[in-house]
Amino acid sequence: MNFMPDEQRITDKATTSKDSSGTLAVYVWRGNAEGGGEQRFDVPKQDSQTVLDVVTWIQQQADASLTYRFACRVGMCGSCAMMVNDEPRWTCRTHVERVANNGELHIAPLRNLPVIKDLVTDMDPFFDKWVKAEAVHHPSAGRTDSFAAVTPDDPQRIEASAGIECINCAICYAACDTVAGNPDYLGPAALQRAWTLYNDSRDESADAILDAVSQSGGCHSCHSMGSCSHYCPNDLDPMGAIAGLKLATTRRFFGRGKSRGKG
Amino acid sequence: MTELRLYMAQRLTALIMAPLVIGHIAVMIYAVQGGLSAGEILGRTRGSLFWALFYGSFVAAVSIHAAIGIRTILSEWAGLRGGMLNGICLGTGAVLLIMGGRAVLAVTFA
Repeated sequence: MNFMPDEQRITDKATTSKDSSGTLAVYVWRGNAEGGGEQRFDVPKQDSQTVLDVVTWIQQQADASLTYRFACRVGMCGSCAMMVNDEPRWTCRTHVERVANNGELHIAPLRNLPVIKDLVTDMDPFFDKWVKAEAVHHPSAGRTDSFAAVTPDDPQRIEASAGIECINCAICYAACDTVAGNPDYLGPAALQRAWTLYNDSRDESADAILDAVSQSGGCHSCHSMGSCSHYCPNDLDPMGAIAGLKLATTRRFFGRGKSRGKG
Repeated sequence: MTELRLYMAQRLTALIMAPLVIGHIAVMIYAVQGGLSAGEILGRTRGSLFWALFYGSFVAAVSIHAAIGIRTILSEWAGLRGGMLNGICLGTGAVLLIMGGRAVLAVTFA
């Protein structure tokens, strides 16, 4: 995977922003699960153009058979993530002038996920792992019980708050080299969700969460390379969340740490 | 839970190795000041229970630590799983333990 250093990105911005007219050379990956390759499209440049605008232009003006996925267009739904010049990005919030390399864009489906067609990947493995990580709420109260009081300054609430704005875009999953090397690895997003639930005082199965993230491919498989936190479009820190899970499982291993629920 | 146990074993052996590495390097720097010879090393280590335990625990920790590391690398880079993976892991640990153990015995009690 090509991780472009920040300096390089700044240089690209400087060189491409001079020329706001003209066309972009856009190489879009076309194909399906059997394979495929890049197809070139020349797309007119526009001010404040996003990568999603470019893909949409191609689909509407050049080739209606291009398949891609998007919904909200404002960075909330997490459905338009793609590889842009070899880096995973939310395309609706990624300006072309920030990422184009000498007027060239290479757009491909998200890494580490099976391709369905063109720019659309099968997200099932990604979401299946959320369930496998026990990243599901285990209710501790019924509808007749009163509301749980969770104050904003509660340390556990602060830990949970740091991770709950995940939009499930799978950019961290695509950026993760551990996922690339180990298909069993649950991945940064699922583990981060498990961490937020572990820190939710209303969740009654902390032990079940720690059991789930201790399985083969769980949090201990993480090498702390940090691509997840580097590429997260919402500036979340999945690597920090995974470190929290490692610490919690270690504490439990030595019989310290909290034990909650039936496990 | 196997993953957790392997993770813990690798971290704990790292904790054991850290002071041993520092001790090993410190003695090396001290020992080479006046030149280095096999006789000088053996004079220090022969019949010494301290050095036998020092390097014996070092070898045990390395065998466990390295075998788990090799297991992870083979799993991620070569896609090995199951019996083959665990067999190579155990074999690596055994070879390191036997070879290291023989070396420690040779310089302490042989």
